[in-house]
Amino acid sequence: MGNGVQAYISYKVTTKTNFPEYDGPEKIVIRRYSDFVWLRDRLFEKYKGVFIPPLPEKNTVEKFRFGAEFIEMRRQALDVFVNRIALHQELQQSEDLRTFLQADEQLLVYSKFESAEKEYFTVLDRTEITHQLELFMTLCCDRFSRILLLDLQTMERARSQETGIFLKKPADLMQIFKGVQSKVSDVVLGKEKPAEESDPEYEKLKNYIFQLEDHLVEAQKHAHRLVKRHRELGQSLLDFGKAVKLLGNCEESPLGNAFSELGTKSEILSTKLQREAHHLLMNFEEPLKDYIRAVQSVKATIAERTNAFRQNCELAEAIKFKEIDMNKLRITRSEKLGEAQHEYEEVVTLKADGAEATRRFEKIVKLMNEEIIRFQEQKTLDMGLAFHEFAKGQADLANGIAGAWRSLLPKLEACSS
Amino acid sequence: MMGYENQGYEEAHLYASKEQMASIVLADDFSPPSDGSKSFPDDPLSSSQFVEIPTNDTDPLQPSPSKQTLNPSPSTIHSILDPPSYAEAVFRSFDFDSVDSGDMNGQDRSPLASPSSSSYYLKISVSDPQREQEQSASLVPGGSSYFTYLITTFTNMPEFSGTEFNVRRRFKDVVALSDRLAESYRGFFIPLRPDKSVVESQVMQKNEFVEQRRAALEKYLRRLAAHPVIRKSEELRAFLEASGKMTLVRTTDVASRMLDGATRLPKQLLGGKSLDGGTSDMSEVTQPAKSGRDLFRIFKELKQSVANDWGGAKPPIVEDDKEFLEKKAKLQDFEQQLINVSQQVISCSFIMYTPTRWGADGASAIWILLVMIYWYFMAIVGCYRFYVVGAESLVKAQQDIGETMGQLGLAFVKLTKFETEEAIYDSQRTCAADMKNVATAAVKASRLYRELNAQTVKHLDKLHEYLGMMLAVNNAFSDRSSAFLTVQTLLSDLSSLHSRIEKLEAASLKIFVGDSSRIRKIEELRETVRVTEDAKNCAIIEYERVKENNRNELERLDKERHDDFVNMLKGFIVNQAGYAEKMAIVWETVAEETSGYAKK
Repeated sequence: MGNGVQAYISYKVTTKTNFPEYDGPEKIVIRRYSDFVWLRDRLFEKYKGVFIPPLPEKNTVEKFRFGAEFIEMRRQALDVFVNRIALHQELQQSEDLRTFLQADEQLLVYSKFESAEKEYFTVLDRTEITHQLELFMTLCCDRFSRILLLDLQTMERARSQETGIFLKKPADLMQIFKGVQSKVSDVVLGKEKPAEESDPEYEKLKNYIFQLEDHLVEAQKHAHRLVKRHRELGQSLLDFGKAVKLLGNCEESPLGNAFSELGTKSEILSTKLQREAHHLLMNFEEPLKDYIRAVQSVKATIAERTNAFRQNCELAEAIKFKEIDMNKLRITRSEKLGEAQHEYEEVVTLKADGAEATRRFEKIVKLMNEEIIRFQEQKTLDMGLAFHEFAKGQADLANGIAGAWRSLLPKLEACSS
Repeated sequence: MMGYENQGYEEAHLYASKEQMASIVLADDFSPPSDGSKSFPDDPLSSSQFVEIPTNDTDPLQPSPSKQTLNPSPSTIHSILDPPSYAEAVFRSFDFDSVDSGDMNGQDRSPLASPSSSSYYLKISVSDPQREQEQSASLVPGGSSYFTYLITTFTNMPEFSGTEFNVRRRFKDVVALSDRLAESYRGFFIPLRPDKSVVESQVMQKNEFVEQRRAALEKYLRRLAAHPVIRKSEELRAFLEASGKMTLVRTTDVASRMLDGATRLPKQLLGGKSLDGGTSDMSEVTQPAKSGRDLFRIFKELKQSVANDWGGAKPPIVEDDKEFLEKKAKLQDFEQQLINVSQQVISCSFIMYTPTRWGADGASAIWILLVMIYWYFMAIVGCYRFYVVGAESLVKAQQDIGETMGQLGLAFVKLTKFETEEAIYDSQRTCAADMKNVATAAVKASRLYRELNAQTVKHLDKLHEYLGMMLAVNNAFSDRSSAFLTVQTLLSDLSSLHSRIEKLEAASLKIFVGDSSRIRKIEELRETVRVTEDAKNCAIIEYERVKENNRNELERLDKERHDDFVNMLKGFIVNQAGYAEKMAIVWETVAEETSGYAKK
C-alpha cells in the first residue's frame, strides 16, 4: 500500500474465539507492522515478568525492497507472535490484545494516541531527569561521571541490537534513565555498587541467557550462510549443466545424448537446490532467529526485574533515612513538631510506595519462574521441529540427487558397449 | 602447456583436523578440541582451489588404492548397479584412476594411452635434479649453469637393448627430442613438451621451479611412453637409453611450421630462379597459387589466432570471485557462437577428403576444408574450456557448502555442550540431545562433501587433459597443412614453368631461324619441369602419408575419447549418487529421531 517511502505492507488478522470478552466469534481486521509493535510494547509495559513473544526485525532497509521472501518470513513470524500471545494464560486476558484484534482502524489509532500521550508525559519526566543528571555531573568529579557514562553505554549496548528490536523509543530511554537515576542516588547515598539481587540461581539464569544468545547468534550466522551455499550450488549446477550440454553437441550419439541428458539432469537438480534453500530459510534459519529474539525478550524482562528490584531497594533506603530524620526531628526540637508531622506523612506515603514496589518486584519474580519453565519447554519443541525439518529437507534433497543421477546410468551403459 | 595439471593439486595435510572432527563426533563427553573452533575455518581447504586427493584416507569405505588394470572389468561395472554393495564397488573401481605422480609403478592415464592390453611396459621416472656447469669453452666468461635430471627407465620392449637404464638429461635435450619427434612423426598427435618458461625460471624460487619442471618432464615422458607408435620410436629410445651427452640436433624453427614445407623442396629448387643450388631466402620460393593466396592468408591468420587462443589453454586458476565471474561472463558470450558452430559436426570423412585431381582448383577446395577443420577444432576447444569453467564452479560450490555445513555442525556442538553443562530443566537436556544429533550429522555431511569433491575433481579433470591434447591435434593438422602447402607450391611452380615454356615455344614458332639459346632454355625448363614433377609426386606422397597419419590418430583418439568420456561421466555420476545416498542416510537417521516433533 502507498508508494515509495510511504509504502507499507498490511496484514489480514483473522480471529476465531469463544472468549466472552470478545464482541463476536469471528473478526477480521487489517493491521500493519507498527500496529504489532504497539501491541508488543503495551504488553511489555503491563505484564512485567512475562516473556513477551518476540517480533520480527524492523529492517528499515529491506522494507523498501519488499521481496516476496521477506514478506513471507515476516508474515510467518507475525502469525506466530499473535498466536503465542493468544495461548499465554496471562497475556490472552489483555485488553490491548482485544483492541488489537477487534478494533476498527479509528479506534486503534485512538488507543495508540492514548498510549502515546502517556509516553509524552514520560518524555517530560525525562527532560527533568536529564536536567538532574546534568546538574549532578557538573557537581561531581570526573570519576563518577565516567562511571555513569560507561554504565550508560553498556546498558544501551545491551539493549539496542542491530536487529532493531529495541528501538530508541522514549520507553527505552526511560529505562536507561531510570537506571541512571537509581545510580545517581546510589552514588549520592555513598554506595559504589548498585544494588543487585544475590540469588545464585537467578545469577546462573542470567549468565545462561546472555551466553545462550551468543551461541545462538553464531549458529544462526552459519545457518544463514548455509542457505546461501545451497543457492550457489544450485547456480553452479545450472552452469555446469549448460556446459555439459554444449559438450554433448560436439559428440555423436549415443555419447552426445548422454551428455545432453546429464546437462538436463543437472539443471533439474539446480531447481531442487533452490527449493531446498528456501525450505532451509523458512524452516530452519527462521526458527533459529525466532529463538534469538525470544532470548532477547527474556533479557528485556531481566532488565525490568532489575529495575523493580532497585526501585524496591531505593524506597527501602529512602524510608529508612526518612524515619531517621523524622525521629531526629521529634527528639531534638519540639517546636519543629509541624515539620515532624510533615515528615511522618511522607514516611507513610513512602511506605505505601515501598509496599507497592515490593509487590511489583515479587510478582515479577513469581511470573519469571513460571515463564522460564514454559520458555525452555517451548524452545525444546520449537527447535525439535526445526531440526526435524532441517534433517528431512536434507534427506529429501540427497535422495532426489541420488535418484536423478542414478537414472542416467542405464543410458551410459548403452554407450560403452 | 604440460605443467598446468600439477598446479592445482596441493597436498593439504588434513589429518589433524580430521581426527579432531572424529573425536568431536564420537566422544560422549565433549572434550573440546585444542583449537577446535579455529582449526576448521582455517582448514587449508579454504585456501586451496582443488581439494586434497585422499591417498591415505582412513575412511573404511575407501580401501587403499590398489593398482588394478586400467580398464575396469565388466564384472565391476555390473556390480555398480547392485544396490547393497554398490557403494563399495563404486569407490573401488575408481581408485584405478588415482595417479600418484611420484609413483614409479603407476602408468599415466593420459588421453593418448592405449589400454595396457599389450604386455610390454615402459616405465619412466624423473628424479634427482642436479646443478651442472657448462662444460664447453665459450666466449662468455664464467660459464652458465643448468640442471640435469636423472631419467630412470624400466622396460621389456624389444626395441630397447636392455631392461633398465639410467641417464642424465637436461631440458635442452628434451626440447631436442620433442623437435625431432615432430619432424619424424608428422601428422601424429604428439604430446606437448613442457614449456620453456624462461620468465618463470627467473621469477620463481629455484627449488619450486626445478620441482615443477621435474614433474612436468616426468608427465611428458610418460605420455610419450603411452603413445602406441611413438613409444617405439628411435628418438625416444636414444633419449632414454644412450649414456653420455645427447648430441644436439639442429632443428628448423618449429614455430613457423607453415613454411616448413619449404624444407622439403629438393636442393636444386632452392635459390630462386637459378639452378645452382645456392641457398637464398626460402620464403621467396614458397609462393602459394594466386587463386589460393587470399585463402592462405585467412588460414594463416586463423592459425595464428588459434595458437594465441589455445596458448591460454591452461585452466584458469581462480584468484578471486570477481576474476572468476569475469571469465565466466566472457565465456558466456562465446557460448552462443559455439552452439552454432559445434552443431555443424563435420564428420571424419570430410577430413579425409582428397582431391580427385591435383590441379589448382582442388587446391582452393582443400584450403577451405582446412579452414573448416581448424574452425571445428576451435569450437571443440571452446566447448572444453567452457566446460572447465563450469566444472570449476561446481567444485567450488561443493567445497563451500561442505565447509559451511561443517561450521554449522561445530557451532551446534558448542551449543550442545553449553546446554548440557548449564542444564537446569529436563527440557534443556532433551534439546541438547536433539542438537547433538543434528551437530554430528552436519559434521558427517561436511566430511562427505569433502570426499565427494576430491573425487569430482579427479573425474572432471579428464577434460583438462583433453584440452591440453587439442594442441597436439592442432600441430598434427598443421603438419598436414604444411605438407599440402608444399604440394601447392610445387603445383604453382609447375604451372608457371609450363606457361613459360609455352611462351618460349610460341615465340620460337614465329622465327624460323632457330635460336639456339632459346632452344637450350626450353630444354632447361623441360628438365626443371621433370624434376619439379618428381618433387611434386614426392610431395603428394608425403601429403598422403601425413593425411593417413592424421586419420589413424583421429580414429584412435575418437575411440579413446569416447571411452574416456563414458568413464568420466559414469565416474562422475556414480560418485555423486553414492555420496548423495550416504548423506541421505545420515539425515534420515536424524529425521527419524526427531520425528516426534513433526507437525501433525
